[in-house]
This record gives sequence, C-alpha cells and structure tokens, in this order.
Amino acid sequence: MTTPTPKIRLADVHKAFGPKVVLDGIDLSVARGESVVVIGGSGTGKSVMLKCILGLLRPESGSIQVDGEEVVGLSSREREQVMRKFGMLFQGGALFDSLKVWENVAFGLIQGQGMERARARDIAIEKLAQVGLAASSGDLFPAELSGGMQKRVSLARAIATSPEIIFFDEPTTGLDPIMADVINDLIVKCCKELGATALSITHDMASARKIADRIAMLYKGRLIWVGPAKDIDRSGNEFVDQFIHGRAQGPISMELRA
Amino acid sequence: MTDLLAAIGRIFLGFLTHTGRLSAFTATAVSHVVRPPFYPRLILRQMIEIGYFSLPVVGLTAIFSGMVLALQSYTGFARFSAEGAVATVVVLSMTRELGPVLAGLMVAGRIGASMAAEIGTMRVTEQIDALTTLSTNPFKYLVAPRILAGTLMLPFLVLIADIIGVFGGYIVGVYKLDFNSATYISRTWEFLEPLDVISGLTKAAVFGFLITLMGCYNGYYSRGGAQGVGAATTNAVVSAAIMILVFNYIITAMFFGK
Ligand SMILES: Nc1ncnc2c1ncn2[C@@H]1O[C@H](COP(=O)(O)OP(=O)(O)O)[C@@H](O)[C@H]1O
Ligand SMILES: [Mg+2]
Repeated sequence: MTTPTPKIRLADVHKAFGPKVVLDGIDLSVARGESVVVIGGSGTGKSVMLKCILGLLRPESGSIQVDGEEVVGLSSREREQVMRKFGMLFQGGALFDSLKVWENVAFGLIQGQGMERARARDIAIEKLAQVGLAASSGDLFPAELSGGMQKRVSLARAIATSPEIIFFDEPTTGLDPIMADVINDLIVKCCKELGATALSITHDMASARKIADRIAMLYKGRLIWVGPAKDIDRSGNEFVDQFIHGRAQGPISMELRA
Repeated sequence: MTDLLAAIGRIFLGFLTHTGRLSAFTATAVSHVVRPPFYPRLILRQMIEIGYFSLPVVGLTAIFSGMVLALQSYTGFARFSAEGAVATVVVLSMTRELGPVLAGLMVAGRIGASMAAEIGTMRVTEQIDALTTLSTNPFKYLVAPRILAGTLMLPFLVLIADIIGVFGGYIVGVYKLDFNSATYISRTWEFLEPLDVISGLTKAAVFGFLITLMGCYNGYYSRGGAQGVGAATTNAVVSAAIMILVFNYIITAMFFGK
C-alpha cells in the first residue's frame, strides 16, 4: 500500500429518520493530522454525520472506519475503546451542569481513564489556562459562565484527554466575531499542539477558512464539493458559491421554492 | 372499518414497541447494577438524596396517616364494641399497607419526577451523548446508581414511616381516646408478626426499584426540548404510581393470598 490508511473513512453512509432521508450516500476520507471542515445549511445533517461516526446514531447502511477499523455496529464495550481516540465539542456545549467546571474538563480523565482526582484537577486547570480561563473559574458551575466561556470550557474538555481525533460542531455559532476568532485560533493551536486530526462543522466561512485544510459542502444528504480550503473561492460549483457569499438567490433557494 | 382496524393496529404496535423498549432498558440497567465497575460516590449521593431528603415528607405523611387510622377505626369499631382493636389495626395497616404505599407514592412524586427531569434535560442538551464520547456508559454512570440507591433506601424510609405511623396512632389513642399507654403499647405488639413487617419492606424495595426505573427510563427517552422533558416528568410519576398500586396487590397476594 502506497497511500496510508486514512484516519477516518466514510463510504456510502445513509441515515434516515423515518421517511426523512438526512444522509444519502456520504463518502469522505480524512487523513491523519488533517483538518477538514464541513459546511452546509442548517438542518442539512451535519451534526447527524458526526454522530454517526461517534456511534451515537447508527446509519442504515454504509461503512465508517476509524484507523481502518469498522466502527458501525460495535458493541458498547468495544465502542468505549474507540471513543478514547475522540474528543468532541458539542454544538450546545453539553457541559454537565451538576459538575463544576474543572470536573467537567477532567471528566474523561477521571471516569474514562481512572486517573486520581487530584492529578486530573491539575491537568484540568492547565487545559483551562490553555483556553484562556483562570484557575478560579474551575470552581464555578457551567451555568455561572457566559456563552463564550462555556464554549471554551467545552473546548478544554474536548482536548483534555489529548485525543487523536477531535470533532468541533459549530464551535463559533452564537459568539461575537471577536470571540469567534479567539475560538478559531484556539482550535488551530490545540490541533497543532496535539497533532490531532480534526473534523469540524460550521456555517461561518471566516471560521472555515481559518481552521480548514480541506472543505466539504453538505447539501441534500451528499457532499457536493470537496476540495482544498484555498480553492473554495474558485470551486466552480454554483451551490458552493451561493453558500460562501450568503446570497438568497441561487440554485439553493430555487430548490427550496420548488 | 379499515380505519378503525388500522388505528387499533397502530396502538397495539405502539404498545409492543413501548414494552419492548422498557424491557430492554430494564435488562440493561439491572446488568449494570450488578456488574462492576461501581461508582460509590454517585451511589452515596443518590442514597442521601432519596433516603435523607425524603424523610420530612415521608415522616409527615406517616404520622398523620397513623393518627387518622386510630381515629377512624375507633369511631368505626365503636359500633360493634371493638374499640380495643385500634392499636392492632394501626400497626398492621401501617406495616403491611400504608407505610410502603404512601411512602412509595410520596417518593414517586419527589424522586421519580426529579430524576426524569434531570436525565431528560441531560438527554435534550446532549449531555448523555457527551458521556458516551467521554468513554463513560450512561447506564453505568446515571441509571445504575439511582436504581441501586432507590431499591436500598425505600425499605429504610418505610421502616421509619412504620415507626412514625404507629407513634401517630399512639398519640391519638392515648391523648385523645384515653387508652392506657401501657395497654396500647402491648396491644400494638400482641398480634404483630415478623411477616407483616417483612412483606412491607419487600414492597418498599420493589417500589424503590420501580420509581427509579420509571424516572430514569422516561428521562432517558425524552426528546423535544422543555416540552418533552415536562411530558417525561409527568409520565415518570404517573407510571410509577400505577405500577406501585398494581405491584402492591401482586406482592400482597404472594405473601398473604390463600
Ligand atoms: N434524533 C433525531 N431524530 C429525528 N430527527 C433528527 C434527529 N437528529 C436530527 N434529526 C433531523 O435531521 C436533520 C439534520 O439535523 P442536524 O444534523 O442536527 O442538522 P445540522 O446540519 O444543522 O447540524 C434535521 O432535520 C433534524 O430534524
Ligand atoms: Mg448541527
């Protein structure tokens, strides 16, 4: 084999909820250490795609491989092993609101890896510092933080176990432009430091340009364009053009009206 | 006609899916209760929440039930000059029936509702998905500690309720109905058998299991934001209350049925 095994490989993945088809044949490979961003309108199934890879949802058909290992249909115990490779920043943060901030960040270390609380706490404080939060914020509860701080805590939790693969689901949505850029920088920095493979979702083009090596566009259950981030402005695809310029007129709105 | 048949068919299928899902949930939950690893910290926290913090409401329910039992049976039994049976009636009713059933219903309202709301909120805010991605099984972390704590703590609560209820009867008997204190106490012990208390505590353990099971189950499968969580909370309490009454009959028949 001359080409190395991709870190993540999706082949012909289908997922529907009842009669509603969400993913209709997704093919995507992400190489080790690469950062791929998936763009697409709201409700097109971007989060569903990530959840299928994580095994939170089960696709009806198709194959998903992580490091060459098939992960569709693993038992919950085998799944726990595969999960150790992953970190995930959820769209809504999904912080545990009954736990303090530092316990949230240290969760994967304490529960997942069985580390002692004192040591996990030190690492958590260190990770909080990496995302620009003071050690004192570690003793607060998530509800006491602003939206931007919650995103940063989620980011710290996603990277706390130094995962090989990190998923970011709309990391900048709902933040002001400056905070969004701070988060983008943090994502780039964290991925570089960990040498991690990243798969992100966004509909914020500034964010996509900043963190992506490659960009893929999801539309109607398929990836209609995949290419290097620098080529996004000359994709030659009218759907992509309409999306990145945020125009109301174009093939996408015509489809909606039809 | 075909519409009617289709509707009946749909309801029947819905019922089957529901029972199937509940059975699978119960089996998985129980397997995690008995299989290591355990979370002593979480079990202890739930035991305190269920056992200790339910004491006031269970105690109040028990004392007034004991008091009204003494009063009712006195005035009722006076019609055929059987007032002497008051102490016996109070202690048998409390230990066999009212202690477990009333404590069970009160705890269902308190604990069942809060479990469904908490787990339901965790479901709709993706905290349960986050647990999985942090290599932690939600059954092990959320469901098993609650079910174990409920099954262990309800007998303890009911034992306290029995004692307080009998004490309530004693107060009314001695201070209102002018029984001799020593006579009342000896009448209380005279016809009480170990099986009366044991059957009541067995009921309590089963009720504790049912309450926490329904709380966790309804929360775990809730969907659709705040409204879904509200529905899950109501369902948890109503289904637990009905199951308590049904199982109360079944267990009574098993212990005392001819
Ligand atoms: N668990 C679920 N059950 C039913 N439908 C779902 C579920 N999750 C997502 N969907 C539907 O799938 C579609 C895609 O959702 P999602 O992936 O969250 O979109 P987005 O691209 O904005 O992240 C939506 O129409 C949503 O209603
Ligand atoms: Mg989404």
